[in-house]
Amino acid sequence: MNVVVLVKQVPDTEGNRKLDPGDHTVDRAAVDPVINYIDEFAIEEGLRLKEAHGGEVTILTVGPERATESIRKALSMGADKAVHVLDDALHGSDALQTAHVLAKALGTLEWDVAVAGSEATDSRMAVVPALLAGLLDVAQLTQARKVTVDGSSVTVERVTEGGYEVVEGSTPAVLSVVEKINDPRYPSFKGIMAAKSKPVTVLGLSDLGLDQSDVGLANAASEVVSFENAPPRQAGQIVKDDGSGAVQIADFLAAKKLI
Amino acid sequence: MAEVLVLVDAADGTVKKPTLELLTAARSLGEPAAVVIGAPGAAAATKGALAEFGAAKIYVVEDEDASGYSVAPKAEALAAVAAQASPAAVLIPSSNENKEVAARLALELGAGLITDAVDLGADLAATQSIFGGSITVQAKVTRGVPVITFRPNSFTPEPAPAAGEEVPVAVAFSDGAKRARIVDRVTEAKGSRPQLTDASVVVSGGRGIGKAENFDIIEKLADSLGAAVGASRAVVDAGWVGHQMQVGQTGVTVSPQLYIAVGISGAIQHRAGMQTSKTIVAINKDAEAPIFELADFGVVGDLFQVAPQLTEEIARRRG
Ligand SMILES: Cc1cc2nc3c(=O)[nH]c(=O)nc-3n(C[C@H](O)[C@H](O)[C@H](O)COP(=O)(O)OP(=O)(O)OC[C@H]3O[C@@H](n4cnc5c(N)ncnc54)[C@H](O)[C@@H]3O)c2cc1C
Ligand SMILES: Nc1ncnc2c1ncn2[C@@H]1O[C@H](COP(=O)(O)O)[C@@H](O)[C@H]1O
Repeated sequence: MNVVVLVKQVPDTEGNRKLDPGDHTVDRAAVDPVINYIDEFAIEEGLRLKEAHGGEVTILTVGPERATESIRKALSMGADKAVHVLDDALHGSDALQTAHVLAKALGTLEWDVAVAGSEATDSRMAVVPALLAGLLDVAQLTQARKVTVDGSSVTVERVTEGGYEVVEGSTPAVLSVVEKINDPRYPSFKGIMAAKSKPVTVLGLSDLGLDQSDVGLANAASEVVSFENAPPRQAGQIVKDDGSGAVQIADFLAAKKLI
Repeated sequence: MAEVLVLVDAADGTVKKPTLELLTAARSLGEPAAVVIGAPGAAAATKGALAEFGAAKIYVVEDEDASGYSVAPKAEALAAVAAQASPAAVLIPSSNENKEVAARLALELGAGLITDAVDLGADLAATQSIFGGSITVQAKVTRGVPVITFRPNSFTPEPAPAAGEEVPVAVAFSDGAKRARIVDRVTEAKGSRPQLTDASVVVSGGRGIGKAENFDIIEKLADSLGAAVGASRAVVDAGWVGHQMQVGQTGVTVSPQLYIAVGISGAIQHRAGMQTSKTIVAINKDAEAPIFELADFGVVGDLFQVAPQLTEEIARRRG
């Protein structure tokens, strides 16, 4: 079973994330980048699928030069190789364009399942896996908290608002996983050393049969017209409880017509 | 006047509030038209509420395939309705599933997609709150019929009775829409509390509650307000409550009228999921807890005193 894990590099949520005032895209220099948190669970799930069913795990990333750091980390966790789609024309691409590029890149690989995280912390769109399944016309088995593979059949427990659904499809399939599906392993020293010599194939747009007009800010189907820092919340009233704290909250809620 | 399509979310025959919010918002853009997609018989119970809240038309796609397969059939059904209605926009209540439906709809329509908007202008510019609420963005779809999903509690539903003319739509689903079969649906959430994602009041408990058995302090306070119950990740990780209740960056994002944080420190990752709440109340014994930076009203005190007293006080005032 060959697995491709989709890994996005994102600005660390601990940092003070910004948009670029010039072109309104995510300012990727403002804050140190990290692997999108939930993608570590996707990597772990990919490694477990390989351990159970054989095959190879390939990391696939669309992102700028610095995404190499995240790719190396994913390789040090145990993935076998990586594909990095890197092209300046990709700057400012929207989710639909990114999904197109990922679909083309998957076309260069032999794979049975593609595993993504459920949501990226920068976009918070949670749509790329669904878009990818739609573009590739394969089974969409997303928001999984459990994945079971039996031959070519893949069954997931898909998290829903009040519980879960059991959803079944056949390979090839695009999966996305939620946090809590597993416990991602830490890279071992040996893993970190080995990662240095694992192959990373860098592909540009032309290698994927794509053209500049297919991607990038200027060709996106949506645009950020403007943005502003949200005004800081008005300082609230903070009281020390002297036995009347609860009554004071109730008074506050009543004044706001919340009770 | 162009139609504005609103995807209907209903549970057990009751139209959910976010759908009514979007029908209300749709009125300022054109003629609201609701789209109900589900198993045969799904639409009947929803029609009254949809007409009451302004749906001039109710498109109905009732088909076993629409409920038997995950996500893709809903997108195809919406695309079929859009092809018939040529709408000015398609408005969809944000939920994990609906965002995926919206994505695949945008693909089908060759259109742009905006997710988790919190407001919409007459020029179809959508307002989004990003990076844990620190930046407010105006975004626009530049190609095709705008497909926009909205967070719950973005608008106030107001009735405006309309015809609610039923328009059945037959859809021939493609093979591609039937690649992910739903073999079982399991409900785990118990009780009759409102659902966390779209509740208008949320009471959340944090590590300050100390142990699982104390979580009923949070539940009782929530019940006194008819609120949904949430939790910080510390509480979820400790196994005191289920993962579905986690509010924050890696959990649910809520934007209720009122959010009460009890024994929660207010770490950045928690704030990312509740920062856009209209009114925030915090109870914490540490005056330095970052949650107080967000709170409209805060009590520095022992939650084991303050929370039960508050439950009683609210019950007393509500009679
Ligand atoms: C990648 C990543 C993602 C994360 N995602 C999330 C997320 O989605 N949601 C989330 O919530 N967290 C998330 N976290 C965790 C987050 O950083 C915090 O660790 C977590 O929110 C802390 O939960 P807490 O406030 O309940 O616990 P603590 O930080 O331990 O705070 C407990 C609070 O209770 C108060 N307290 C204690 N006893 C009492 C008492 N008797 N009366 C009153 N107050 C009392 C204390 O003063 C303290 O402020 C994430 C972290 C990472 C690294
Ligand atoms: N540029 C990218 N490169 C690789 N994977 C991506 C990229 N963007 C999104 N993904 C995958 O899609 C998931 C959801 O992203 P999003 O739809 O942006 O919230 C992520 O967790 C990744 O697994």
